[in-house]
Amino acid sequence: MMENAWIIPLFPLLSFLFLILFGKRLKEASAYIGILLTLASLVYSLLVLFERFTAPTYKAEGVWLTIGDVQLTAGFEVNQLNALMLVIVSLVSFLVHTYSKGYMNGDDRFPVFYAYLGLFTFAMLGLVISPNLLQTYFFWELVGLGSFLLIGFYFYKEEAKAAAKKAFIMTRIGDVGLLIGMILLFWQVGSFEYDEIFAAVEAGSISATMITLTAILIFIGAVGKSGQFPLHTWLPDAMEGPTPVSALIHAATMVAAGVYLVAALFPLFTASETALMTVAIIGAFTAIFAASIGLVQKDIKRVLAYSTVSQLGYMMLALGSAGYVAGVFHLMTHAFFKALLFLAAGSVIHAVHTQNIEHMGGLWKKLRITGPLFLIGTLAISGVPLFSGFFSKDEILIAAWAHGNTVLFWLAVIAAFFTAFYMFRLFFMVFAGEARSDMKNVHESPSVMTMPMVVLGVLAVVAGYVNTPWFGTFLGDWLVEGNHSLGHGHIEGPAWIMVVATVVSLLGIFLAWLMYGKRSLSRDWLTSRAPLTYKTLYNKYYIDEFYQLTIVTGTKFFSSFLRFLEVFLVEGIVKGVAGITSALGKLGSKFQNGQIQTYGTMAFVGLAILVVIYAVTGGYLK
Amino acid sequence: MSAVPVQAYLALALILFCIGLYGALTKRNTVIVLISIELMLNAVNINLVAFSKYGIAPSITGQIFALFVITVAAAEAAVGLAILIALYRNRQTVNIDEMDTMKH
Repeated sequence: MMENAWIIPLFPLLSFLFLILFGKRLKEASAYIGILLTLASLVYSLLVLFERFTAPTYKAEGVWLTIGDVQLTAGFEVNQLNALMLVIVSLVSFLVHTYSKGYMNGDDRFPVFYAYLGLFTFAMLGLVISPNLLQTYFFWELVGLGSFLLIGFYFYKEEAKAAAKKAFIMTRIGDVGLLIGMILLFWQVGSFEYDEIFAAVEAGSISATMITLTAILIFIGAVGKSGQFPLHTWLPDAMEGPTPVSALIHAATMVAAGVYLVAALFPLFTASETALMTVAIIGAFTAIFAASIGLVQKDIKRVLAYSTVSQLGYMMLALGSAGYVAGVFHLMTHAFFKALLFLAAGSVIHAVHTQNIEHMGGLWKKLRITGPLFLIGTLAISGVPLFSGFFSKDEILIAAWAHGNTVLFWLAVIAAFFTAFYMFRLFFMVFAGEARSDMKNVHESPSVMTMPMVVLGVLAVVAGYVNTPWFGTFLGDWLVEGNHSLGHGHIEGPAWIMVVATVVSLLGIFLAWLMYGKRSLSRDWLTSRAPLTYKTLYNKYYIDEFYQLTIVTGTKFFSSFLRFLEVFLVEGIVKGVAGITSALGKLGSKFQNGQIQTYGTMAFVGLAILVVIYAVTGGYLK
Repeated sequence: MSAVPVQAYLALALILFCIGLYGALTKRNTVIVLISIELMLNAVNINLVAFSKYGIAPSITGQIFALFVITVAAAEAAVGLAILIALYRNRQTVNIDEMDTMKH
């Protein structure tokens, strides 16, 4: 099976091409094509994963381009991380495909939506089996394109249009870092191959400064894609896209690409303590920063978006603390419970037609399937024991502690408290309390939407058990098998960390229950006590405004300066040349008036000039 | 033998030629223009005759050439006047600035 793993990304590509060409004729039937082809990818990915459990890494490459002595290759590689990612991506994609059939029902551009989903899935699957940086970069950009198309799917909405552009431009800023890092690596190593880069790093043929520099540059690419501070602002805005897209792109796959990239280049990062520290600090800061914003947001999808940013920060913290397994493990569990939360949120929005959680309430009795599933997702992300998020978050905390990042460890603990609080705030505001009178026609979503949620709900509970300190660390051991540079499968940590994590998340839930469930604490506690803090949080620390004021205004100023140059200097010269030519032409045509005497005069003047020239130069033009 | 130097002949020819050129380029009446052209031709004739006597290699060729020019000028005048009359019959004018059909 593994020899033919290249076929996995081709199924969604086929779906994309087919639907782009024939979608208009197929109409609603396009969904079946998309669903079936992603199912094929999923089945194949599962087979590859199962085979990879026993078989060694498979890698196939062919020469793609020869430039002088340099040979650029293209191919695919199935190692542990890639096999795992294949399954995560194709699974979430398949479920989102199915779910969209219900959610997008009746949309005018239904087939186009499925075509874009196919393109995006193709790009993401291609990304995770790339054996070299160049190929990764191709797919990396394709992923960006796919997300641009999907975020801007409702392009007639101004916000969606702006959000699509913002997502594209913000991630492009990160991509520049990635590109420079890539080129520097190629300059140093002479190859884009992961294997050769790692070999060169291990052999010490790259200077330590260069390793740090390239690692940080590549991390900037990951910062852009994974919505880390300071390039995180596009991710919450990207919620303008249809909700299934949010589940696919902004929870489980695309934003995971940044984490995947750091994980795939992990040996490069571990070779530089500075680079690791940078990753860890950015990750931890993003985790607590985004979590604090999530505390006060009022849009159901925005809360989830900030929680995504925060959770991605956790993954970065794990990777930056040399916790390769913890990072990848959390990437996997997060993909499941965050996709579940987004799909459930989509189901809620589908039922009540609003995204403002202040207008919701009492939906628990009306949404008998969505409610419990949302609760499962919330419990998982909050790190309540026995759910998947608990185990992966615990791994991260242990990794941070074991690596000696005490400050970052406590930041992560506080962020965990915030996470539990805002997730349950969301849950109570949406599902608990009195049903609002203006929500009469609330009904549960069709089974085509609930079934994918059930699958994810089951996974959100059980996915954690593949790597627990109690029953064995299968995933961790398997992930690092045969590759010593990735660290240990399981990092031993003090047992009290698990207790602290549990207490903290339960405290957060308890506080949320007091404020929003039981209502014994006023909701306006923060608003009234510290209005400034509240306003700052609600306005996301004014980061957008800050960018608007500095970078956007600066760029606009610079561009108007360039425009001034263009209009007055460049166009002036061009128009001047054209004007002189046409004036000369007009002058010449004045003499062509049919008057023999004018012609005669011109002939005489011309002759006189020739004679004068002859007289002056003596017949020789020097 | 002769008191008149060659420069005098040439100066006379130059003056005649310039008068002819000026008339040919500025006068509105086509008859005057034709007359001016005759002037220019005759200025050339003076040059030819002068050089046949005082040139670097004096010979009879210059005088014969002058006779040729007179003949050709007569023919040219005849043809020119004939064209002019034909034009006058068509257009009722002999003004040269109204004859701008070359533009079209």
